[in-house]
Formats: sequence, structure tokens, C-alpha cells
Amino acid sequence: MLDAAPSKKPLVEVRELKMHFPIYAGLLRRRVGEVKAVDGVSFDIIEGETLGLVGESGCGKSTCGRAVLRLYDLTSGSIRLEGKEIGPAPQAALRDMRPRMQMVFQDPQASLNPRMTVQAIIQEPLDEHTTLSTKEKQQKVYELMDAVGLNRRFAGRYPHAFSGGQRQRIGIARALALNPKFIVCDEPIAALDVSIQAQVVNLLEDLQEQFGLTYLFISHDLSMVRHIATRVAVMYLGKIVELAPREALYSAPLHPYTEALLSAVPEPDPSLEAKVERIILQGDVPSPANPPKGCNFCTRCPKVMDICREVEPETREVRPGHFAACHLHEITSQTAGKTAAQKEANERQHGE
Amino acid sequence: MHDGGRPVLEVQGLKTVFRVRGGEIHAVNDVSFDLKPGELLGVVGESGSGKSVTMMSLLGLLPSPPAEVRDGKVLLDGQDLLKTDEDTLRDIRGGKVGFIFQDPMTSLNPVFTVGYQIMEPLRKHMGMDKKAAKARAVELLELAGIPGAEQRLSDYPHQFSGGMRQRVMIAIALACDPKVLIADEPTTALDVTIQAQIIELMKELRQKLGMAVIWITHDLGVIAGIADRVIVMYGGQVVEHAPVRELFGNPQHPYTKALLKTVPSVRGERVRRLTIIEGQPPILGAPPSSCPFRDRCGSAVDECARRNPSRTLIGKGHDVACVMVEQKEAAHA
Repeated sequence: MLDAAPSKKPLVEVRELKMHFPIYAGLLRRRVGEVKAVDGVSFDIIEGETLGLVGESGCGKSTCGRAVLRLYDLTSGSIRLEGKEIGPAPQAALRDMRPRMQMVFQDPQASLNPRMTVQAIIQEPLDEHTTLSTKEKQQKVYELMDAVGLNRRFAGRYPHAFSGGQRQRIGIARALALNPKFIVCDEPIAALDVSIQAQVVNLLEDLQEQFGLTYLFISHDLSMVRHIATRVAVMYLGKIVELAPREALYSAPLHPYTEALLSAVPEPDPSLEAKVERIILQGDVPSPANPPKGCNFCTRCPKVMDICREVEPETREVRPGHFAACHLHEITSQTAGKTAAQKEANERQHGE
Repeated sequence: MHDGGRPVLEVQGLKTVFRVRGGEIHAVNDVSFDLKPGELLGVVGESGSGKSVTMMSLLGLLPSPPAEVRDGKVLLDGQDLLKTDEDTLRDIRGGKVGFIFQDPMTSLNPVFTVGYQIMEPLRKHMGMDKKAAKARAVELLELAGIPGAEQRLSDYPHQFSGGMRQRVMIAIALACDPKVLIADEPTTALDVTIQAQIIELMKELRQKLGMAVIWITHDLGVIAGIADRVIVMYGGQVVEHAPVRELFGNPQHPYTKALLKTVPSVRGERVRRLTIIEGQPPILGAPPSSCPFRDRCGSAVDECARRNPSRTLIGKGHDVACVMVEQKEAAHA
């Protein structure tokens, strides 16, 4: 159960994904720059796992999730779903792939058409992608409503008649309609009350087991991600700074940003809370239109070194399955390597 | 630690009702609490539990109609705010009582500079001239931790980031040395790292200025870190009230217990499955004649449907509104 068994094959492979948005300004609306919302991220999502994607607002996590589903035309990069390249494909060619990959949105209020009944909303993907008869569709909608815990009797009602948690269930039922393999959940619980969040998270877990789903779970709620994710990726300013199996990330984070982020989460237990050593980051996230030179985090990093302001750190596998992009760990692993080699050399000398 | 003094603010039996088409919604039902000088009172509850409406009712901030404060007393230094005229209330708002709202973007006026908005209460309430007000405004922005305070006075709200905007709101709220500061979800719209900055700032300011604070939030984690005492609200009423350690260490109301269990932690044990509270919070068309949490409560008994329990004292400063707890206490006595 620990790190996704390496024998299992990745369902989604993302390589060097870039999503830049142009900025136009001036009288002639010239292109004056670009917002580097996602700036070269690579990761795999193993079949059946939940990859948590966390970060602060504006770090590019939602853009990343949408780009993976090709809701945008990418700036560059490769995305393979079940081995099939979908990165550069034109939108029309993606239609066949759409039933395999679906999305659950953050705001259940805005993502459901207020003029459509629940029946019509859940049925829409079936209308688009299948040739089922009206009766079969009706039956399928009922089954989906059962699966997400909605009462069949409410199929004829409109979204406004439902509470936030129930609306999110409608959104989930719609995403499940075409039996997808892969679902991107973009902050699915952020708009819900605490007592309702747990209901939706448990539902997502049940459905994953029942239908063998793979999730990309995007959230800013680090405690909920710790609960649901198998592995977790941390994003900062368009880049993944750390990616690791859940427990490794939460118990021994490598990147200073992850450390600070975790330490900032308030603890709902006063005796534990008193022991938390907070790392208070100074300042705000820089603008993704004008990221700093070197490491993106160098402007706020409490452990910043000279090299961080010059050279962008590479992502390396510091421990098995635990990736980090930080000069601290390049140096330690290099020096560790060096000292080990020296020690060996010394021993050899002594031996002779 | 704040047990001594007379309360600065006392709320007794507050009832607020909204008149809507086809009836009424009883948003606040018989809420009572007090606030001692220098203490931080946390108010926890889900959306719709009546926590914001309670605080808005105190200062007559709700539009009437549809809102109507039907009953109760709000004593600020012995003066009943529900009986004072609008002019006096206006002096108190932003004067003796400061307010910080959840969303710093919508609570600042986008067409005025930040400097103007900080100086406004200083000139209105404190009668300062322009020069004195400006000097004080710079002082306040520095207090709130905004770098380059003097230059930033002439900036507009959109030129500030979310965290900085909330600092501006704090500066405005503190402008007239309030005795009571009401913060309504002040960090909910912020990222965790920025939230940590604002919480640190508030802790620091409380030590420096010694005002009493009411901090409304739905985040139990935030409350655990800053509050002295906590009231838990559900269905428009206070269901539990206790000192912070007592509340987290020895919660008694089934709602509080359930709420504490539904929230996963980033540090403690990881549970395999989250505990859930079934159902939805109630919408109260009439004053509740039974326990409002009854339908979602795991340990409800017949008695719960018959009456709405009142708050029973079960320990030092710890009271609970639950039929089961009442019965247990009665058996003890």
C-alpha cells in the first residue's frame, strides 16, 4: 500500500507540461508577456491511485488539472493517457478519449446548468457519447443517482432545490456517467461545510473502490489531501517542487516550501498546536508573469543560498519515490556521495 | 487568565428573525455570551449556524427589513446597544467596536485610496485633522506589518495582495483603539501561509493593544491556536461553551464531538475513514421546539424531540445544551 507498487503501470504520464497564457497590453493590444501558469511539470499517475496536487491559490494547480484533461491547448509538453499521446492532438481528435477522462469541479453552483433538471444534467454525457435508448439512459441515470447517494425521486428537480453537498453529488454522478478511468477533482470540497466535506470525501473513496477510478485530487486543504491521497505533489508558482508518497511527504518533507506549508496548517488540538513550530513565510507569492531568477521560491525561502538566486534547481529523486527540486538536496546528496566515496577511499588506503 | 474583570460586552437572549416570503427564518435563537476585557472568544459553527448574523445584530448592521432583532440585550460597557439611536451606534461602529470582514476585496472601497479609507474613521470618530490622521494612518499600517507604509497610503485596494488587503482591514479596524474587535472569518479567504501570517499578527497586536476579540470561524484548527474561550453554534443557538482546552479535550455536545472527528489532521493519527455527520443543517421556520441537532445526532432519544434543551453548567465555565448531558448531571446531583 505504501508507494504505489512499481509493477503497476502509470495511467497518466505527464512530461514537461507547459501552459502559458499571453498578456496583451497597450493601444494595439500587443503581446507583452505571458503568465507562466504551469511551467514544465512532469509526473505519473498510477492506475487506481489518488495523486494529490496541493499548493496555494495562483500556483497553477487548477490550470495543471485542466491542461491534463486537454481543456486547454498546451503551450508544450506531452500527456499520455493509457499510453496514448493526447498532448498535441487537436480538440476534435480528443472526442473519442473524452469518455475516459472526466472532471469534478469546485463550485457545484456554477458547474450545473440551472435550467436543466438533474436527470438532464446527468444524462447529457450519455446523449453526447452513447447510442442508448431513452429508456436505457433513464435507467443509467437512476443507477448513477443511487451510486452517489441521491434519491431517485429527485431526478426531475432543478439544481437550486439541492444543498451544496447534494449538488456536488450531482456533479460527481455526471462525471461517472461514461464509466471513466480517470477523474480530475478540482477542489471538490472547498465550497462545502466541514460536516459535508467528509461525506463527499467518503463518497469519492467508495466510488474509487467500486469503479476502479484513478483520481487527480487538486486541493489547498493539506489535511484532507493527507487523508485521501496515495501520493502528493506540491506546486509552487507553476512548478512541482516536491512529489512523494503521502506519509513520506507529511512526516519528512524535503523542500523548504513544503515544510513551511505544512507548519502553517492550524492544528485542531490545542495540546498538539502548542508544540507546532511555525515557519512563517514572509511576503507573497511572486507574479507568475515575472517569476524570479533561479529557484521560484528563493524570494521567500528561509534557507535560501546564493546559488538559489542564480540557478534553477533540478528535480531529483532524493529518496526512492521521493522527488524534490531544491539545491539543498542536490548539495547534500552530492556531498553525501562525495564523503561516502572519500570514506571508502580512506578505508581502502588503511586496508593496504 | 481573564477571569477577573467585568465583561466589556454582554449579550443576553438575542433573537434575530428574517422575514421572507411566506414566513420567517429564525436565524438567531436566544443567544447569550459575554466577553471579558482582553480575551479572545472564538465562535465556531457551519454556514447557516447564525454566527455572523449574531455579530451583525449586535451593532445593527443587518438591513431591516428583512432582518428584525426581536429580543435580547446587548450591553457594551453597560449601555444597551439595541436601545440606542442610530447616531450613537454609528459612533460605536469603528469607534469602540472594530470590525474585520471575511473578504478584504469586497469590504474595501475600490475607488478610494487605502490612505483615505484609514483616515476616514480617524477624522470622523477622533476628530483629527488631515495631518494628524495621516501620521496615525502610517503608524497603523506599520503596526499591521505593511512595508513602505507611507508610500502605500496613496495606493488603491487592487494594488494590494489578499493578505496585504486583510492587513489594511486590520489597520482600519484598529484605527480608533477599539475595546472590542469583531473578526468575521478574517482568514478564510486567505492561503494557509498567509493565514499563518495574519494569525501571528493578531496574536502580537492583542499583546500590544489588549483589546478583546470575537473571532468567528468554521475552522477548528484556527480556534485551537488563538482562542481563550469558545462558543459552538448550531441552528442559531449556542450548543456548547467552554475554555478552549476543555472544549477540545472534553467536548460534551454530540455536535461538537462529531465536528472534531470529521476534521482530519496533518499531524496526528491518520484515520482510515472519516466520521461523517449525516444530513444537513436545519433551516428554522419557527423557534425550535426541539433540539435542532436531533435529526443528525447519533445518540438522540425521544426526549430530544419533546423540548429544546437549555444550557446546563457542567464544569468551570463549561456549559452544554443537550438533553443527555442534562440527565447525566441530574443523576449526579
